[in-house]
Amino acid sequence: MSNANPSGTLTGSHYLDGDHACSEGAIAAGCRFASGYPITPSTEVVERLSARFPRVGGRFIQLEDELGASIALLGAVWGGAKACTVTSGPGFSLMMEHIGYAAITETPCVYINVQRAGPSTGLPTQPAQGDMMQARFGSHGDYRLIALCPNSPQECFDLTVEAFNLAEEFRVPVLVMLDEVVGHMTEKVVIPPAEQIKVSERRYTKKKPGEGFKLFEASNGSMVPEMVKAGDGYRIHVTGLTHDERGYPAMNVPTHEKMQLRLQDKIVENADRIVRWEEKDLADAEVVVVSFGITSRVAERAIKAAREQGVKVGSFRLITAWPFPEKQIAELSKKVKAFVVPELNLGQMALEVERVVAGRTKVVPVPHVGGTVHNPETILNKILESVR
Amino acid sequence: MSEPVKPNPTSKYLRTERLPSIWCPGCGIGTTVNCFTRALDGSGFDLDKVAIVSGIGCTGRVAGYLNLDSFHTTHGRAIPFATGLQMANPDLKVVVYSGDGDLSAIGGNHLIHAARRNVDMLVVCVNNFTYGMTGGQVTPTTFQTAVASTTPYGAYEETFNLPRLVDSCGGVYVARWTSYHVKQLAKSMGEALNKKGFRFIEILSPCPTLYLRRNKLGEGLDEMKFYKEKSVIKNGASTTETDLDYRKEIVVGTFVNRERPTNVEAMEARMSEVLGAKYVPYESPGKKPAWA
Ligand SMILES: Cc1ncc(C[n+]2csc(CCOP(=O)(O)OP(=O)(O)O)c2C)c(N)n1
Ligand code: SF4
Repeated sequence: MSNANPSGTLTGSHYLDGDHACSEGAIAAGCRFASGYPITPSTEVVERLSARFPRVGGRFIQLEDELGASIALLGAVWGGAKACTVTSGPGFSLMMEHIGYAAITETPCVYINVQRAGPSTGLPTQPAQGDMMQARFGSHGDYRLIALCPNSPQECFDLTVEAFNLAEEFRVPVLVMLDEVVGHMTEKVVIPPAEQIKVSERRYTKKKPGEGFKLFEASNGSMVPEMVKAGDGYRIHVTGLTHDERGYPAMNVPTHEKMQLRLQDKIVENADRIVRWEEKDLADAEVVVVSFGITSRVAERAIKAAREQGVKVGSFRLITAWPFPEKQIAELSKKVKAFVVPELNLGQMALEVERVVAGRTKVVPVPHVGGTVHNPETILNKILESVR
Repeated sequence: MSEPVKPNPTSKYLRTERLPSIWCPGCGIGTTVNCFTRALDGSGFDLDKVAIVSGIGCTGRVAGYLNLDSFHTTHGRAIPFATGLQMANPDLKVVVYSGDGDLSAIGGNHLIHAARRNVDMLVVCVNNFTYGMTGGQVTPTTFQTAVASTTPYGAYEETFNLPRLVDSCGGVYVARWTSYHVKQLAKSMGEALNKKGFRFIEILSPCPTLYLRRNKLGEGLDEMKFYKEKSVIKNGASTTETDLDYRKEIVVGTFVNRERPTNVEAMEARMSEVLGAKYVPYESPGKKPAWA
């Protein structure tokens, strides 16, 4: 860990929308390359980066499409930059192949997705949280990644910094999953002095070329290999094919198994270090509302109203959607009568809660088609129903 | 006792531990790689600073055999990957090496825009008129009436003239050779390596396994003889006159060699002009090797 670069960090109190706060988070985290292709409601992120980068030594390129945008940043990372791309809905679908490529090549990178209502072009520019399962499973094959869900412009800043840090620490693609409301709402965002912002630098190997460095070798007691960049004399090979520790393609089952399991285990076995959530009023809770993003702020109203009616209800807010805080939810499931899961989709994360709860207690989804946020009353009614 | 075998001068550019390659006997891809290593040999470049990027396909495997920093990316996306790599680390000499389907079909949009922007990279396109790795399907470069596995009655769409395409998009160096023209190709690759901006070399090359066999055109060697007989070198030819036709004359040569600011030069000029002293130029991470 080191400190943020003061030259880029916009220390102070600002009124920013979530998209712009993401841009500032990226800059504070040391991101100096971004690629993008316009799509509402995400474009403000790259609009701000394209204005700010030339003043802080960064480079932005608007590519011809999301297929290009989603791989240009990976090239930049192997060139030694910290890099991100930004999109929403249809663009996110187009980026899936490269999220898989980033996962198998263990390229530390950040994808920001400001979710809008789908499927397909859907309801452009209107809010949704419908990409949650795509975030987890969208690319083909087995891999793990990290997905963070801010619920305010402040968190857009904080979690974007966090996203870059986690990407470096685990050599995975990290997704910042906003929704349109969080992306477009303007609130106070406090950006601390650079020395108070912790930044993870890329873990470059200390071995020199010729000393037997292997690009995909778990070493020094970590499942996460160290990196090098192009041009440093290591003559690396990076491929999306199944590869051995040197990075050479090796089309056989044992190599595939070893590689796949490490890609999975480096996240699963480090889940305790990655998983983040926020809990409120859980001490006496009989009902727990599990929510994330903008929905958590609507749910707050419902929770307050239910408490006023004497229902012992608490809140569990997902900050990491992936890895899912399964230990914490499983633990709670032994104590409470019901989980209420409001989300701006027809029940995606509710499936995950059901999986983890495994029938021990009731799970009540509160689906919503998106386009608007829930009416707090809908959530309140489900809370009341769940204790009846 | 037999004479000791002289080491092949190209070996030091190859990951010899990965040989033999996956390529079929008589395939032209290896020949083009040989020319490329000769061009590198004459270039005097620090090879640590040369990076090669490929897409997917038989030609896409070139990256894995060259002893350089190498990236085997996704199908059609070598150019945007290389764009990010080059922009983030301008101290690298970036080369994209891929097949005709990869670069002109799935990757066509990236090809035209990288040429338009004049991104600083050399793109080498091995054009075997077919999708090799997936079994010989039709590509944008397949000639009309040639048989491919997905045009069993013969291709009927217009054939892409890639030099003309790249020229019209603004590429600064555009050449076409065949894998018969090893000397000219190596020289052309050397010239292109030394230039800045978007450079494009198309190499017509046999795929005996799929294209030649299916069209009853003989072995790889027969195709070489065909290239020898049918090629006409016309350096400086207008790319409007370099269309290819099935089994007809092949115009080869260096067609375009012009100067134009690269995308990064244009960006820097614009930013300096508008922002003046407020412009903070990008600092290449490549200047400081990790072990220094
Ligand atoms: C997104 C995607 N679509 C399709 C494929 C399957 N695919 C692999 S190689 C290839 C064709 C390669 O043809 P070309 O670029 O002409 O190269 P060649 O094999 O002839 O050298 C295709 C379509 C793929 N890997 N990825
Ligand atoms: S299939 Fe064709 S292009 Fe591929 S290696 Fe064989 S001969 Fe070469």
